[in-house]
Amino acid sequence: MRTLRSRTAARSPGGSRKPSSALRRIGLFVLLGLGAVVLGGCQAPTFGAFRGATVQGHDEFKLWFGTVVAGLVVAAFVWALIFWTIIRYRRRNESIPRQFHEHTAVEIIYTVLPLLIVLVLFYFTVVTENEEDAISHPSEIVNVLAYQWGWKFTYENSAGVKQGVTIQTSAEPKLLAQPAISSQYPQMVLPVGVETEIVLTSHDVIHGFYIPAFNYSRYALPGVVNTLPLTPNVIGVYPAQCTQFCGLYHSEMLFSVRVESQANFERWLTAQQIAQSASGVGA
Amino acid sequence: MTLLAERPAIVGEPREPEHEHGPTGILKWLTSTDHKVIGKSYLITSFVFFCIAGLMAVVMRTQLASPDSTLVSQHLYNELFTMHGSLMLYLFAGPFAFGGLANYIVPLQVGAPDMAFPRLNALSYWLYLSGGITMMGGFLVVGGAADFGWVAYAPLSNAVNSAGAGPDMWIVALVLTGFSAIFTGVNIVTTVFYLRAPGMTMFRVPIFTWNMVVTAILILIAFPVLTAALVMLWADRHLGTHIYTVSGGGVPVLWQNLFWFFGHPEVYILALPYFGIVTDVLPVFSRKPLFGYRGMVFATISIGALSTAVWAHHMFTTGVVLLPFFSLMSYLIAVPTGIKFFNWIGTMWRGSLKFDTPMLFAVGFLIVFLFGGVTGIFLASPPIDFATHDTYFVVAHFHEVLFGSAVFAGFAGIYYWYPKITGRMMNERLGKASFWFMFIGFWITFMPQYLLGLHGMPRRIAEYSSASGWTSLNRVSTFGAYLLFFSVAIMCVNFWQSWRRPVPAGSNPWDAGTLEWATTSPPPHHNFYSIPPIRSERPVWDANHPEHKALPSHAERAAKRRLIARPEVDLLGESELHL
Repeated sequence: MRTLRSRTAARSPGGSRKPSSALRRIGLFVLLGLGAVVLGGCQAPTFGAFRGATVQGHDEFKLWFGTVVAGLVVAAFVWALIFWTIIRYRRRNESIPRQFHEHTAVEIIYTVLPLLIVLVLFYFTVVTENEEDAISHPSEIVNVLAYQWGWKFTYENSAGVKQGVTIQTSAEPKLLAQPAISSQYPQMVLPVGVETEIVLTSHDVIHGFYIPAFNYSRYALPGVVNTLPLTPNVIGVYPAQCTQFCGLYHSEMLFSVRVESQANFERWLTAQQIAQSASGVGA
Repeated sequence: MTLLAERPAIVGEPREPEHEHGPTGILKWLTSTDHKVIGKSYLITSFVFFCIAGLMAVVMRTQLASPDSTLVSQHLYNELFTMHGSLMLYLFAGPFAFGGLANYIVPLQVGAPDMAFPRLNALSYWLYLSGGITMMGGFLVVGGAADFGWVAYAPLSNAVNSAGAGPDMWIVALVLTGFSAIFTGVNIVTTVFYLRAPGMTMFRVPIFTWNMVVTAILILIAFPVLTAALVMLWADRHLGTHIYTVSGGGVPVLWQNLFWFFGHPEVYILALPYFGIVTDVLPVFSRKPLFGYRGMVFATISIGALSTAVWAHHMFTTGVVLLPFFSLMSYLIAVPTGIKFFNWIGTMWRGSLKFDTPMLFAVGFLIVFLFGGVTGIFLASPPIDFATHDTYFVVAHFHEVLFGSAVFAGFAGIYYWYPKITGRMMNERLGKASFWFMFIGFWITFMPQYLLGLHGMPRRIAEYSSASGWTSLNRVSTFGAYLLFFSVAIMCVNFWQSWRRPVPAGSNPWDAGTLEWATTSPPPHHNFYSIPPIRSERPVWDANHPEHKALPSHAERAAKRRLIARPEVDLLGESELHL
């Protein structure tokens, strides 16, 4: 990009060299600032996104951060060119400018540079995507069934044996959405620090299984079983909601996720097993 | 090609092309096969659909301005966003540029007296109008209009989940408008390939027309697939087939594959014509030839080619597509788009820029489209798409690119060609007011939506709880939408004023260079009294500014050197330049 700018400036005989060196200085500041931000690690700005309360979600966040920085640098550069052009070359008199219309070297540069940028972004995408989708050794399996308009979570241990715990939407669709953590909507409880495998499908139409704080979503498709790993690393309660439009009460298909310490999770699971076997729900 | 017999003479005595003795008034509108009448019909009809769909957006934004809103019911809200998307994409953005502007401008730009198949052209318009009326008619039937989103994902769109006549009318409407687009595509390809004036080689065709050719080819690839998919959907709904339903062994994801195989080329069918408008406007108001003409042509063709191999980036979260392939293809589209951007900047570079309203909108397009394009690069990455899919982040992204092209560039086109089409100027002051309302309203409307998406707000929800924390950003976005509404209202006032108090435009008010400015405004029945010699993509500029022709290109300089060495080989027909 730099080459492009200075070459063009060098070609204009009357053009002053000042803007070029000023641009270089601004570029240096930008680079220094970015370096500081990147070295600062966790203090990096999020650009509005969640940092990711799972291992997978945090991987996504790192890719997001790098991509946004790259995108903003490119956007700032092109915007700067546009604004420079529309200010500098505003019509001042009725003379007709030089009728040039090509510059092979510049054209090659602005074809090759974007190609290199997107190839670098693609490389990091593939790396992150492979990390994010890899299921290693889940300690818990949660079967998620989406339906109009609710969710059903059934717990299994790592061997695939049902544990007698089912959490399900209890409320009929209301006319107004309640907070996602309200008791009418189901709550999926996950242990922190270990991998849980989500086995996702749909009973009727397509739904979107989306937990914003985990930076992750996946369609629940009828006739297809999708599996995905979640390794929460921050204890807390996270609102979640169906994202794929699924009919009349799409706006009210909420749920929440509670991440607990492993001990608390085991305690919760046992309590649910006792309660549900007594009432016959989890069978 | 019987039309060839009627082509105007290139030089010599002006011939009288005004030999129309047909009906006038409403009967003329009903029976005309003149591309200019049909083009105007398309422009007006699609602008009406744009206004209706825009009003729907205002209602939806008002609904979302407060949590737990009950301004409209959930059912009506679902109908509104379905019809807003369907009207904007199928009945406005495509037909406005491709049916309206292309119909009017392409024959003029290549120096043709009409489209290659005028009656087919008329059929296109009437199919389009019938489709539009059918789609809107959904609101009048029991059960209301289609309410499954403009993408109609199976199995939500089957007879069980979306019963009623409204969805059927939506399907029929799309088949009708699809055929209309296909016929216009055939017409434009044929017109540009067979009816160019002498001297108008393919590399002298204005980029607007080039983009329309590539768009037409994309339409011929994409729309038949949509039509086939719709017929199968109809069969599922009424003939008892199970193509998209699991119960009978069908595959719901098949609909998504077919729909997006249409849908992604469709995105470029909606974008390329508007890129073409901007590419025509920038050189005129910079008083320079287009920078990198051939690069622009090849960038357009490669965007068209790549757009047929990226459809599954709409399906990253289905878990049933090959992520790296579609991710790479989507990333690669950034390269030709980048070439276009630098060509546009290169065109303005060291030019003499005058900011009349068309130029304001064109530069506004550059500024806003850039941001939508950059967030599009984010979404080409499957992990980032997982985090933002079906949220307001995506809504903000595609509104920035589609609003950026169809509205900013579209309005640039309206202001630019309005004098040619009507023979009247539009009011500059109102035009500029309209631009600034739109430019500011645009950022206020869509920037908060990016943040809403990142905060987890899904798209297509009719209501949200106040506990979600989305209220204030939604309010800001709604305020921006009202500004956009005012911008369009100002534009309508401008139309009204030019109708009531006409200011004559003359044949070439912008000192433009392409062939449509060589004829009167509005042009006569068969378009041209005479055509200037065509030796570049700016024949009118060459005629008006003979001392400021474009500098010779590398290829021309090389040819000239050969010519000096071997004068008997007149490679470029240089001797003709002195006609």
